[in-house]
Amino acid sequence: MSENAVIVDVQGVDVELAGQRVLTNVNFHIDAGEFTGLIGSNGAGKTTLLRMMLGLISPSRGEVSWPGDARDLRRVGYVPQKVVLDVDVPLRVRDFVALGDDGHRYGLHRRTRQTWERVEEMLDAVEASELGERRIGALSGGELQRVLLAHALVSRPELLLLDEPLANLDPGATSDIVQLLARVRDRQHVAILLSAHEINSLLGVMDRVIYIANAHVASGPTDDVVRPDVLSQLYGHHVDVIRVHGRVLVITGDVSTGPVAEHPDLVVE
Amino acid sequence: MHWLVEPGLWSNAAVRTGVGVGAVVAIVSAMVGLFTVIRGQSFAGHALADVALSGGAGSNALGFSPLAGFVVGALVGAGAMEAVGVERVRQRDVATGVVLGAATGLSALFLYLITLNSSSTGSTQLILFGSLFSVSAPTFLVVLALSVLVCLALAVIGRPLLFASLSSDAAAARGVSVTRLALCYTLLMAVTVGLSAIVIGAVLSTALLIGPPAAALRLGRRMSMTLVVAATFGVAAVLVGVVVSYDSYYWWPSHRALPVSFCVVALVVAEFVVASLVRRLTTRKSSA
Repeated sequence: MSENAVIVDVQGVDVELAGQRVLTNVNFHIDAGEFTGLIGSNGAGKTTLLRMMLGLISPSRGEVSWPGDARDLRRVGYVPQKVVLDVDVPLRVRDFVALGDDGHRYGLHRRTRQTWERVEEMLDAVEASELGERRIGALSGGELQRVLLAHALVSRPELLLLDEPLANLDPGATSDIVQLLARVRDRQHVAILLSAHEINSLLGVMDRVIYIANAHVASGPTDDVVRPDVLSQLYGHHVDVIRVHGRVLVITGDVSTGPVAEHPDLVVE
Repeated sequence: MHWLVEPGLWSNAAVRTGVGVGAVVAIVSAMVGLFTVIRGQSFAGHALADVALSGGAGSNALGFSPLAGFVVGALVGAGAMEAVGVERVRQRDVATGVVLGAATGLSALFLYLITLNSSSTGSTQLILFGSLFSVSAPTFLVVLALSVLVCLALAVIGRPLLFASLSSDAAAARGVSVTRLALCYTLLMAVTVGLSAIVIGAVLSTALLIGPPAAALRLGRRMSMTLVVAATFGVAAVLVGVVVSYDSYYWWPSHRALPVSFCVVALVVAEFVVASLVRRLTTRKSSA
């Protein structure tokens, strides 16, 4: 696949859930090997957008096209927002990662040596080789995120969809995971679409941002999207963007007409 | 061995058939039940047992085999639970509760009709608490055939089912039809509960479905090993339960044996307690 080949193209998509418009006229594409941040506050529609791309929700208008071969589920790895694993689940970490490769197959199949080699390779790629023998339900939040990444990568996808993988991680673990993702992107040339409600932790690694607000999206290079005029148009009212020490502060509301309504999810302290 | 097992136990054909039925049902219950516990569907399993009870009671009231009633009743209940609503956990919970309430009402009606038509309480007792020693050889063959079918079906769907049980969204994203799989699994669980009802009665049938797998999950680290341990726990509970029930006839001057169902369920609980203690001790040792 060439460097800038388009993996997925979302054109003019509307999504309605329970009769309510959640996304309106969404347009963007993702190129091979690109790191894209999907940014929006809680409830903005990030998960809906990811599920729609996976075909789990049908758009009411528009289309999601996968150039090249027909849509092949093996081209996409997915890490959902909520994966709650009971401590008693009788699976070692490496068994769980292997499910990412063959968990969709019916019937009795003995796993091959190649499968186990790929599992070890992916655990190594996410720097979690030492976790292989641990119970999957006994991992910390940061460890589980690494293992979920290996689980999604083991089928060698071209695009990795990550739904809020940084939620509930402390700042140190957040930074570790983001840097790890950047290394995975570089070494495996896999495109990444990562949803988050906070943009700053991704600033150093993102090639492109998709910003959701008020059911609309704006996409492009970070500096072209995270601007007062673009975000004000998205929110439908004035928004300030302040850059401090290389970090971005998004403030919704108008200082001159009333109290500043700082967007709780998008503002850095 | 006489100090352990009273003479004549294995020479009794009814006991041999009962032990065979119990062992087969214990194995299939352990296999299906492991997924029930992992999926957090113990309440649904219990509800299916109550629906199986109304099926068994209705079947008996009409003069048919309780086994057919147990299995068909549980299958109808499974279909109803899936039809009422399964999109969200809360909906599933409500659906289970609605079906459970309706089934309990029907059970009350059928058991009342049975008492009108029969002067003994034997039929009611059999449906509620089982009667392992009254299982006939033809019934054993039906139980065996259904158990083999359930195990084969589970072997076919096992891996995607495990995937969907751990993360339904990730499984769906990989092309697993999570909804169809859930329906298929609920039907397998229904048949298993129906079979278990024959062994220890409808009221206690989830004990074999939940107890041995829950105990095995305290000890196992791999799926295959946990399945083996769960099946071993189930079979052991049935075998020892039969022996204790048989022996208990000689324990008291009144010669009244303890019910098999009680003995089996008591052993299942004991296994769970011991497994939990072992888990706690090994966890403490490894963290020290």
